[in-house]
Amino acid sequence: MSVFPYLVAGWVLLAGIYGLATSRDLIQSVGCLAVAQSSTYVLLLAVGYRRGATAPVFADLPVGAPVVDPVVQALALTDVVVGATVTALLLALVIQLRKRHGTVDPERLTGLRG
Amino acid sequence: MTDTLIVLALLAVAACATGAVLTPDPARQAVVLSVLGLSLALLFTVLQAPDVALSQLGVGTAVTPLLILLTVRKVRRSPRRGGDQEPGA
Amino acid sequence: MSRRVRLLLLAGAGLVIAVVFAAGCAELPPFGSPDHPYGERAVAAALARHTANVVSSVNFDQRAFDTLGEESILFASVLGTVIVLRPARDEDRQEPEPARVLPSTRLFGALLLPVTLLTGGYLVAHGQLSPGGGFQGGVVLATGLHLAYVAADYLALRQVRPLAVLDVADALAAGAFSVLGLVGLVAGAAFLSNTLPLGTFNTLSSGGLVPVINAVVGVEVASGVIVLLAQFLDQAVEVVDR
Repeated sequence: MSVFPYLVAGWVLLAGIYGLATSRDLIQSVGCLAVAQSSTYVLLLAVGYRRGATAPVFADLPVGAPVVDPVVQALALTDVVVGATVTALLLALVIQLRKRHGTVDPERLTGLRG
Repeated sequence: MTDTLIVLALLAVAACATGAVLTPDPARQAVVLSVLGLSLALLFTVLQAPDVALSQLGVGTAVTPLLILLTVRKVRRSPRRGGDQEPGA
Repeated sequence: MSRRVRLLLLAGAGLVIAVVFAAGCAELPPFGSPDHPYGERAVAAALARHTANVVSSVNFDQRAFDTLGEESILFASVLGTVIVLRPARDEDRQEPEPARVLPSTRLFGALLLPVTLLTGGYLVAHGQLSPGGGFQGGVVLATGLHLAYVAADYLALRQVRPLAVLDVADALAAGAFSVLGLVGLVAGAAFLSNTLPLGTFNTLSSGGLVPVINAVVGVEVASGVIVLLAQFLDQAVEVVDR
């Protein structure tokens, strides 16, 4: 149990990379990139977890109560939202690629035409 | 008890991630991705990270799959220059 | 490179990543350990500045400069998407037709739309007190608005979505974050340091700069995501090749 969550994060990362490398559809590979990205959230939050502690919100907690690490949560939280907008930019590029080259299969994109 | 929940959520995340990667059709993959988003949100909740879970719930289950589905619709609707391999959708 | 060679290369690289990653995991503090030196310092700093939600305090006060970078990426991505997806010369617009929707779906949407928008607003406003904040509330506001598309049709969505206003709101909110940083400089402290009155702990006005930046980020994320989805909906529904 002491390293299992970290290993799951590693598995998700490797699965995402495998999908990226073998994808035959650029839209699908953007989805695989999102999978690989989510492994970082699993790793960050697993590192910050503390057994028997609660969420780092002191609205109804006594001062000094044990809480999980808020720093890693802050890192993951902003990246979840910002990552979605970057995914949108990638998908916009796929749409543009389809308009100009007529395919979204990376294997058939032989050489960049003007 | 909490540890059991965490292990179950982790297994769900690993299974959904593997499933999403092994789904070749992007429209189906969008559905698997939204289930992955939901299981990630559950995992974050049991890891005592409600802030991240809220963020993941909105983005992972709604925005990202919606963007992918809209892209699929756009790409498949306009056959051009030889067209694509998959018909319809 | 043939597919076979590429898969072999991938397997080799994946194996190296797996081994190094597993070795790294073995050296990490064990899962659930009570030792979190950064977390404890962040909690102490947040409580000293009267912010109940420590995560919001880290995002909008202690590491506000980092969040400024993040929201700049967000703004740049929205801007990039708008530019990449602008209608080209060889494309035409096709007016979408009104869609028929089941009455029950329409009722469901009409009931849920105000509830989701209220939830989103609540999440943004209470970011310094309870789980939530500008990033989460903004996403809820933006996706909630699209219930109009689910429950009615694209024409209804276009009516509840003043895109020109949202474009400007997105840019203004992105700029306002940097301007708020100057408040610290005016007070004689560092850029983005929290020099506003801190207020009473656990009230809506507590936390000094935190609720202000929180609200600005909420506006930016909400308008940014709506503008993004608008570009994709536009492409999928309206724009056709000539």
